[in-house]
Amino acid sequence: MDLLSFFSDYTLRTVALGAALLGAVSGSLGTFALLRRQALLGDAMSHAALPGIALAFLVTGSKAPLVILVGAGLAGWLGAWFVIKVTGLTRVKEDSALGLVLSVFFGVGLVLLTWIQRRPDASQAGLDSYLFGQAATLVQKDLVAMAVLGVPALLLMLLFWKELKLLSFDPEFAFSLGYPVRRLDLLLTTLLVVAIVIGLQTVGVVLMSAMLVAPAAAARQWTDRLGVMVLLAALFGAAGGMGGAVLSSSVRRLPTGPTIVLFISALVLVSLLFAPNRGLLWAWFRRLRSRRRLELRAVLEDLHALSLQHEDPYHSHRTAVLRAMSEGHGGADRSLAELESQGLARRVGADRWALTPAGAEEAARWFGGGEGRA
Amino acid sequence: MTPTQVEIQLIAAVTAAACALPGVFLVLRRMAMLSDAISHSILLGIVLAYFVTRNLASPLLLVAAAVTGLVTVALVELLGRTRLLKADASIGLVFPLLFSIGVILISRYAGDVHLDVDSVLLGELAFAPFDRFELFGADMGPVSLFVMLGALAANALFLLLFYKELKVATFDPELAAALGISPVLIHYTHMGLVSVTAVSAFEAVGSVLVVALMIGPPATAYLLTDRLPVMIALSVGIGVAASLAGYWLAHVLDASIAGSMATMTGVAFLLALFFAPGRGLAAVAGRRRRQRLEFAGQMLAVHLLQHEGTAEECYESSLVQLEEHFRWDKAFARQIVRQGEHLERWRLAGDCLELTDTGRELARAVVER
Amino acid sequence: MESDDLNRSTAIDVTDITVAYREKPVLWDIDLQVPRGVLMAIVGPNGAGKTTLLKSILGLVPMAAGNVRIFGRPYAEVRRRVGYVPQRGSVDWDFPTTVLDLVMMGAYGALGWVRRPGRAERQAALDALERVGVRDLAGRQISQLSGGQQQRAFLARALIQDADLYFMDEPFQGVDATTERAIIDILKQFREQGKTVLVVHHDLQTVPEYFDWVILLNVRRIASGPVSEVFTEENLRLAFGGKVGFLSPHEAGSGEHHVLERKGAGD
Repeated sequence: MDLLSFFSDYTLRTVALGAALLGAVSGSLGTFALLRRQALLGDAMSHAALPGIALAFLVTGSKAPLVILVGAGLAGWLGAWFVIKVTGLTRVKEDSALGLVLSVFFGVGLVLLTWIQRRPDASQAGLDSYLFGQAATLVQKDLVAMAVLGVPALLLMLLFWKELKLLSFDPEFAFSLGYPVRRLDLLLTTLLVVAIVIGLQTVGVVLMSAMLVAPAAAARQWTDRLGVMVLLAALFGAAGGMGGAVLSSSVRRLPTGPTIVLFISALVLVSLLFAPNRGLLWAWFRRLRSRRRLELRAVLEDLHALSLQHEDPYHSHRTAVLRAMSEGHGGADRSLAELESQGLARRVGADRWALTPAGAEEAARWFGGGEGRA
Repeated sequence: MTPTQVEIQLIAAVTAAACALPGVFLVLRRMAMLSDAISHSILLGIVLAYFVTRNLASPLLLVAAAVTGLVTVALVELLGRTRLLKADASIGLVFPLLFSIGVILISRYAGDVHLDVDSVLLGELAFAPFDRFELFGADMGPVSLFVMLGALAANALFLLLFYKELKVATFDPELAAALGISPVLIHYTHMGLVSVTAVSAFEAVGSVLVVALMIGPPATAYLLTDRLPVMIALSVGIGVAASLAGYWLAHVLDASIAGSMATMTGVAFLLALFFAPGRGLAAVAGRRRRQRLEFAGQMLAVHLLQHEGTAEECYESSLVQLEEHFRWDKAFARQIVRQGEHLERWRLAGDCLELTDTGRELARAVVER
Repeated sequence: MESDDLNRSTAIDVTDITVAYREKPVLWDIDLQVPRGVLMAIVGPNGAGKTTLLKSILGLVPMAAGNVRIFGRPYAEVRRRVGYVPQRGSVDWDFPTTVLDLVMMGAYGALGWVRRPGRAERQAALDALERVGVRDLAGRQISQLSGGQQQRAFLARALIQDADLYFMDEPFQGVDATTERAIIDILKQFREQGKTVLVVHHDLQTVPEYFDWVILLNVRRIASGPVSEVFTEENLRLAFGGKVGFLSPHEAGSGEHHVLERKGAGD
């Protein structure tokens, strides 16, 4: 599809915008979840939102997106509250509390949904699209609801930026400075709930937690500064969201939630491998380079040691000898070739190597000139 | 009750029991969320196995599920080892990815088959009895019952054979290593069992509710006891009870059986949360209050002892002075004094408090502690 | 009035602090008075409640009983005058922030809500880093710091608070000798400026050299006061329960005791 059709197709535009908005909000707010090790809390909260969706419909009879989202938010919030309370007051540990809340709330949600289904006024069709998301059905109203919730959340994050940063890094120090840590924690949890709730229509309950942490996890690999990280996470989230949503509405039988997760996971993988400094390939290359450098020096030292035994610093030695001396430390041949290209050694005949004057000088500088040998 | 109803309840009970066993160690080893991760990601294994065998009843599915579960755990550990991600983020990334691939594969290439995503996620116990297990032409019962019995047997066998090893590996991994028990082996065997149990239970309760059955009853039991054998027994008992209660709830409401079962595990947990003897919230709140009173009483006894026989004895024991010294409010001060009088630690003699022998003993014991 | 005089000269006045975890007391009936302008160490065996004492004064840990007065007032009223340096292990050093950013966090309290740190705070942070000797690390990501550098960064964050009273939790734990010197220099500067410092300290060897006052703690207060009076064999034995070995290279005249803490059971 070309750019022209993109802007002229209402559905596509709506879907793309919605997913981009979702990605930006969940990516930026998800950064804090990632840094505070609340990835799984996000998972629990998004599963816990299900009964809220059902109840919102039951109580108000309306399927207006804003109503549903508020219901979902309240339920998710209740779930988080439960986790914190249970963990704090009993010997049950956090992971068990998370698993409990996740599954029990979800179960309650299922009971409500199936119960609604059986009722005579069963017009709940559409409520179960919240399980996996159905971006293709997004309309203007949904976008408005998402924006109404999402934009203030982002603004609050920006407003209380330094407080949230401090809270995430050193809550005890924050407390000592006089900040109401519990209330700030509440604020952050609420912002997270908003981020989750916005994505429910697009990505669905089951996968929303990935939308929270994946963009941030990817962003972390590219920067060491919180502000840049949040920005990047928003960008990655938007890109992944948009790409996935657009693809899923253009191709048949491709559910939105999983497609977006695929996009965003790819971004994470690429970041993990290729990001400078932290990226795995980068680190691998760096390690390789330093190892090569060490091997190079070792061979130079070998040449130097041999030459000291010979009175003639430019006496040549057989490759086999050098190889033997390098036994277990990587190939001597590679290092010899490199030394040659650096002008520190030269080939003599087919099978022998010797130091050049430059090489001898370098070796003397590194390893001593024979005086003071232990 | 119709035979079908009986069968459904039987399957539910066996499922709960089979899930409770590995769940106890998930809770104790703080790996509860791995059950969530595994139960989602094994979908991918099932789908791939289905593509190979084109048969939903093939035992290859079980194997594939077990393998996928182990792969999930291995991937999570691998990611964690890069030091680029923390443990929770690793889990939160791996299982959604695997699950998503599975869902997409189903939607695109198996959408017309019985492998309906909703049912994989949610399960529908009501349909279970329709799949019969036939031996020599005789109807033995529903397939799922036998599958779950198999899972139960596997878990029980593992528990019986390796109880000591499991116990040591869970509570003291270093000691286990020193004893030659490989914690890694135990770990991956445990995870394999979790995977196999999860896939067996798929048909009955779906992935998310496997988590409820694996975590809920053990967490509840954890609130009720300190002893491992009791915890295991309680987990099975609570799980079975919750699943049966859930069945009847679903029957009354005409709603999802699996959802009701999960709901009831939540109810069981809440009950234990509030009313567990010693550990429940009711008990804890009472204890905290008692503790405050007890500590204050002890401090007052010591205070009285320290000033006994001195000139200011009477002054130091007056209520006003107590409020000043200990910074207690009037009501609390009065409560402490009255409590001590009641316990015969001191008595009011005119305006002063006089220590009794009991009170003096208490004060001395406290100081010596 | 007598209490006013007391307030003028006392930095910390703590009575009857009792902290319990489940049924067990972690701190029991702690009374402590710390005069202004001293460097005071909190010492005791592992599990003695040293960090808990610090945290309960700061309000980070709830007390079953007890009363705290800082400069004669409740802690909440004098927060601005108190600085806290937590244990290094209490934060995640992989957090995406630079050393300068970390130090500037010390200025957040004065900034209040919403206001971002500006040029003044930035300069103050750079000055603080200069004072602790790591000015050149300002732009570095905190994950790249060594233990000693981390501690210095924490110290700089405390400096920027310009408090009158400092609480420090194991600042000498796991740092190199140079950093240890640097920290002690700062502490001595604090004392010259009339500031008071309360430090949870793990190394008995250095108590007489670094500190003026000491409190020996093991759930209960064993003794507290000037080091010369209180840091005795007898008290140490009481605090550490016989798990202490002594090397006395001189006879009783020197007044110096070299103390070793043997690793015992039950930490």
